[in-house]
Amino acid sequence: MAETEIKNYNLNFGPQHPAAHGVLRLVLEMDGEVIERADPHIGLLHRGTEKLIEQKTYIQAIPYFDRLDYIAPQNQEHAFALAVEKLLGIDIPPRGKYLRTLFAELGRILNHDFNICAFAMDVGAMTPMLWGVEEREKIMEFCERASGARLHMNYFRPGGVAFDIPKDLVSDIRDWSINFYKFIDDMETLLTENRIFKQRTVNIGSITAEQCFDWGVTGPNLRAAGVAWDLRKSQPYDAYEDMDFDIPIGSHGDCYDRYLIRIFEMRESIKIINQCLDNLPDGPHKVDDQKISPPSRDDMKNSMEALIHHFKLFTEGFHVPPGETYTAVEAPKGEFAVFLVSNGTNKPYRCKIRAPGYAHLQALEFISKGHMLADIVANIGSLDIVFGEIDR
Amino acid sequence: MDFDLKELSQYIQSKFTKDIIQNEINIDELILTVNRNSIIKILMFLRDDPNCQLKQLVDICGVDYPEKRERFCIVYNLLSLVHNQRVRIKVWTDEEEPIPSALEVFRSANWYEREIWDLFGVYFSDHPDLRRLLSDYGFEGHPLRKDFPLTGYLELRYDDEKKRVVYEPVKLVHEFRTFDFLSPWEGVQPILKNNDKTEIMPDKDKPHG
Repeated sequence: MAETEIKNYNLNFGPQHPAAHGVLRLVLEMDGEVIERADPHIGLLHRGTEKLIEQKTYIQAIPYFDRLDYIAPQNQEHAFALAVEKLLGIDIPPRGKYLRTLFAELGRILNHDFNICAFAMDVGAMTPMLWGVEEREKIMEFCERASGARLHMNYFRPGGVAFDIPKDLVSDIRDWSINFYKFIDDMETLLTENRIFKQRTVNIGSITAEQCFDWGVTGPNLRAAGVAWDLRKSQPYDAYEDMDFDIPIGSHGDCYDRYLIRIFEMRESIKIINQCLDNLPDGPHKVDDQKISPPSRDDMKNSMEALIHHFKLFTEGFHVPPGETYTAVEAPKGEFAVFLVSNGTNKPYRCKIRAPGYAHLQALEFISKGHMLADIVANIGSLDIVFGEIDR
Repeated sequence: MDFDLKELSQYIQSKFTKDIIQNEINIDELILTVNRNSIIKILMFLRDDPNCQLKQLVDICGVDYPEKRERFCIVYNLLSLVHNQRVRIKVWTDEEEPIPSALEVFRSANWYEREIWDLFGVYFSDHPDLRRLLSDYGFEGHPLRKDFPLTGYLELRYDDEKKRVVYEPVKLVHEFRTFDFLSPWEGVQPILKNNDKTEIMPDKDKPHG
């Protein structure tokens, strides 16, 4: 029989592919069904966020952060608000801190819930997606009741949060959280011991701790590799210092461990949420400095001074003293940070956004090399990639 | 032995007296400005030294200061998970002088350097694959430079006759509006000359934004 020459061939994965989690063009060099090389082409969702923020006042910049990682917008606003506060040198009232922590954790659940569902769908399980999205919807209703927007909240402001929450929201979130435990358990019965799910994920895309350091991998993906590192514990911000919660860690660093970490983190988030609700302090939800946070509507009707403050705040904004800071939060996907340079005016001079997914996607080639084509889908799903934050 | 930030800064300073230009601690963050050509050995030292163990390069980013002779500041943010500390390294360069690529020290530097090349046009020597990353295929210019206009130069649309996407020079329906909200009675006023808001500045003096 004549020998046939077998050549590597290139395969384009995306830009429009349901398992690409957005617009990822992945140029794969395949040897049969084994991946030799993967070259992600990103930037298809590049909107120039960093350039735009340079043209906006500090308050106007916040909505851009919602539109980065649109699965969990709260945590990104959080990083920016903390960075601005650090430069301003202000401390916010306890109620503001607790409300932020509460919504940051709701954001984490929004993210993990969606990621697990999308990941399960990538590897062939339809049910979790159809059914997990309903829980997301309930959380987004809470967001709507607090801020008026389901998704892009624009809620975390430098100096606190935009609005206080309605009175009955506390008990409603508490009721929901009891049912959510049940939901996580149900989700686990669908996936955790599912034979097909395990075949697709166990020992796929394993990474070690050293490799994680080298590639800048953070968040649940790092913890799945067995490193107990969480910024909420190690460099606590806002109310996390007062919270009692555990950091789950994995041992293999494979897709299955990354999935399990997210399941456990959702349970820990519920713990934090309940502590926030139980200990929610009274008092103002934002700083009383009207140079930084707007006066109440009531004041504006009666006080000329308040009206002027409101006008100045939403046209000129506030001036931030010159300086720079790198402020990071533990976003659901990993270390989300803002490197903010101020030159003393009302607009950021430079605002670099450090997105966790960026480093994870970069590591995708190294993680997927030598795997089968179908595994790259599992890897993308388990690394939790959202293009809003990667392309910026 | 665990150092606090000040001790750490003195420790690093003592190891690299010649290479460190500036050493400051600003709002609890350690910032080292170093020589362009010694960046690799400093990064390697910081990664491997048991007192530093800054094993993660979490971010590299650029900042553009067009009024300076060496206009680009490249900022490396390092994180030590063992000592729970962050260190920031700064390097200055201009449009031509390349910076040694940190890729041999940290694999994560790859995309960060590509991004800086793309958005600022700073060249990294020894980088194996310095392609554009975030901008369009065939894009020209470096968008995050301060002298690059916010609206860009080209826009694209689908042409129904040609049945393909065409690139055209940007046409703004109304003029690009930059409002000057800086009130003359507070804060710094780098934009206004003689405190006169109506004075028309020549285009090249006008700051973008």
